[in-house]
Amino acid sequence: MAEKILEMIGVHKEFPGVKALDDVHLNIYKKKVMALLGENGAGKSTLMKILSGVYQKTEGKILYKGKEVEFKNPKEAQKSGIAIIHQELNMVSELSIGENIFLGREPRKYGNVIDWKKLYDDAEALLKQLNIKENPRKKIKNLSIGKKQMVEIAKALSLDAEIIIMDEPTDALTDTETESLFKIIETLIEKDKSIVYISHRLKEIFQMCDYVTVLRDGQFISENPVEEIDENKLIEMMVGRKLKEQYPYLVKEPGDALLKVKKISNSHVRDISFEVRAGEILGVAGLMGAGRTELAKSIYGTIKIDTGTVYLEHHAIKVKSEHDALKHGIAYVSEDRKKYGLVLGLSVRENISLSSLNKISKYHIINKPREKKEAEYYVEKMSIKTPSLRQRVKNLSGGNQQKVSIAKTLLTKPKVLILDEPTRGVDVGAKKEIYELINEFKSQGMGIILISSEIPEILGICDRVMVMYEGGVSGFLDRKDADQEKIMRLAVGIKEDG
Amino acid sequence: MDSKSKNKVKENDRDYKYYLKKYQSVVGLILFSVLISLLERRFLTVGNIFNVFRQSSINAVIATGMTFVIITGGIDLSVGSTLAFSSAVGAFLLGSGMNTPLAVIITLIVGLVIGMSNGIIISKAKLQPFIVTLAMMTIFRGATLVFTQGRPISTGYEKNADLFSSIGTGSLFGLPTPIIIMIIIFAIAFFILRNTTIGRYIFSVGGNEEATKLSGINVDRIKIFAYGASGLLAALAGIIVTARLSSAQPTAGSGYELDAIAAVVIGGTSLAGGIGSIFGTIIGALIIGILNNALNLLDVGSYYQQLAKGLVILIAVLLDRKEK
Repeated sequence: MAEKILEMIGVHKEFPGVKALDDVHLNIYKKKVMALLGENGAGKSTLMKILSGVYQKTEGKILYKGKEVEFKNPKEAQKSGIAIIHQELNMVSELSIGENIFLGREPRKYGNVIDWKKLYDDAEALLKQLNIKENPRKKIKNLSIGKKQMVEIAKALSLDAEIIIMDEPTDALTDTETESLFKIIETLIEKDKSIVYISHRLKEIFQMCDYVTVLRDGQFISENPVEEIDENKLIEMMVGRKLKEQYPYLVKEPGDALLKVKKISNSHVRDISFEVRAGEILGVAGLMGAGRTELAKSIYGTIKIDTGTVYLEHHAIKVKSEHDALKHGIAYVSEDRKKYGLVLGLSVRENISLSSLNKISKYHIINKPREKKEAEYYVEKMSIKTPSLRQRVKNLSGGNQQKVSIAKTLLTKPKVLILDEPTRGVDVGAKKEIYELINEFKSQGMGIILISSEIPEILGICDRVMVMYEGGVSGFLDRKDADQEKIMRLAVGIKEDG
Repeated sequence: MDSKSKNKVKENDRDYKYYLKKYQSVVGLILFSVLISLLERRFLTVGNIFNVFRQSSINAVIATGMTFVIITGGIDLSVGSTLAFSSAVGAFLLGSGMNTPLAVIITLIVGLVIGMSNGIIISKAKLQPFIVTLAMMTIFRGATLVFTQGRPISTGYEKNADLFSSIGTGSLFGLPTPIIIMIIIFAIAFFILRNTTIGRYIFSVGGNEEATKLSGINVDRIKIFAYGASGLLAALAGIIVTARLSSAQPTAGSGYELDAIAAVVIGGTSLAGGIGSIFGTIIGALIIGILNNALNLLDVGSYYQQLAKGLVILIAVLLDRKEK
């Protein structure tokens, strides 16, 4: 076995009310690539944030080169030689490649004057080491995402990093960019670096990595050398948990087709067709970046559809804006309630009525008693916990905010309801309440599209599942056939072959 | 649902602290007035109070439109130039013999159009309100100078001009007309913000533009309305100014945007958008009016007046800071 450069032993991390990591182990071997694998929410990012000093562990030990270490902040981790390349790259787009690499550490002369020549010479040398052909004077904003990532790697190299963590580096890359990234990883290994490679793309793991550690629900599942394992085993390890009573499924014969989407395409999604029937919950599964939210926003009129048609109750409809969508009876509850769902500074009442204000007013004058009555109705019906209707929404808990966001769309009396990650950031109790609400809408004959990254949730309450992969549909599964493995296979782009 | 009793919804959960906080600007206004009346006997007379209101009316009318704009998260620097340009047009029309009602309506339309152009450019081209209205401020100051050739335009001495000048100098039921106009404008604006859909949308655009758009609301229209109202009210203020002087000055209204913004901000409206009230703006405009009046009564030199005004604005905003 190779030499261990770093060991994380029995790491625990608790956030208020949530156990994010529970006794997790991770070994990083010298001159090897360790893959860190797991579903969304398995704890990969939390673990890496602890390693890079962003979070502090609640319990556990980190041994680095045989000595116990504790990084209080990212700077300390960086100094010790641990660099992380984040999914969202942290660079100043108006500055050049060279300036970004040496930001805050610019070579100086005559006291405090930046030595531009040295800065750009050094930057050029770094790029050359990684075989990146790019002028270091070029501005970051003119680079592709792949190139930006490489600049980040060059920066890590300039910091004398020994361990480089890459958080889903290929998510936004094209195939050729991915190839060049792999070449760079090889170069880094030759230079005695060790790599942690976070990804959910199984293929890459077999192509690139030496070892693989699997996490699930914040727990350590296994560590194996890549050659001793296969795709099936990995998927099993990633998903292998039982469905709990957490998910109340409602048996109901679905009605007529309500929403039909035929071959819609734009820059985010391609060639998508599906239908949702009255009283049916269609789950939409897929990994981050598969285009699920973009699909929802395309149907809702936020993103323009280039080709294809949307039918509602067998009539082709044109949706050019959110307003059109709501008028036709298509409502969308955003995944990011704070950014896109709610006006946090307005009250519970004002948020609930926002989308249907024109219906409860006459000549633009709001019928306030009616507005109050409607808001009261939903607050009670959905058990939204708020001291009063006047309470500003920003003071409510996540679950209650989510309910307000849903109540707002319900008041528009939608026929089709698109819920995007409705239980994200919501505690377990409130989750179940939200599922029961969704079931109630279903029993009323609404057509529901449920986008979720939690496969158990999809399996738990949906009638059918559509799985997306890289902007397209990779398959449909009926409730009775669906299981975690099949969904995961489709989500990583492996076509079902009977 | 079992939690019904626990979850009883109250419409009103306010106590005296809430009201004290909410009306702190009123408390400030009263304390301020008491202080001045102790320093200067002439302050608290009916004649002088009328004076304060009349002097505040122009700023108050402009500040009302500014309140709409600032609650949407924008700003309108062009109001002073809009005032000058529209009143130059109005004075020219009156001077050429047009009857008062028609001239007034055209003047208001000129202001409305300038304001709506601001709104259209800001929302359709997605530009910063600060920059757009700064440019418009310069453009219409220039346009006014070109139009007037740098000279005042008289409203003429025709009979019809009498009716016009009564807008600035006349009175009704013992109340000076500018004060009546100010009260009517406040009442309308108050109603719009509190009771109409457009008022609610103005708050929600300022609070979270993205979420408002995703709630199916035409955000562009709301912005065009707000800037349009601001332009319209600037023109109305221009009519009052012109009527008082019986002529339109090419430099009229310069610097008025800052007084209007100050009144709005003193009234507790947040420059970040989403929070504010017409009531606050009334108080803000009165505080500035009283301050100007008091400094005059106390014989403070005009250089010191600027200094004092700036300090009061700063203190008012600092006192209001904790809320946000």
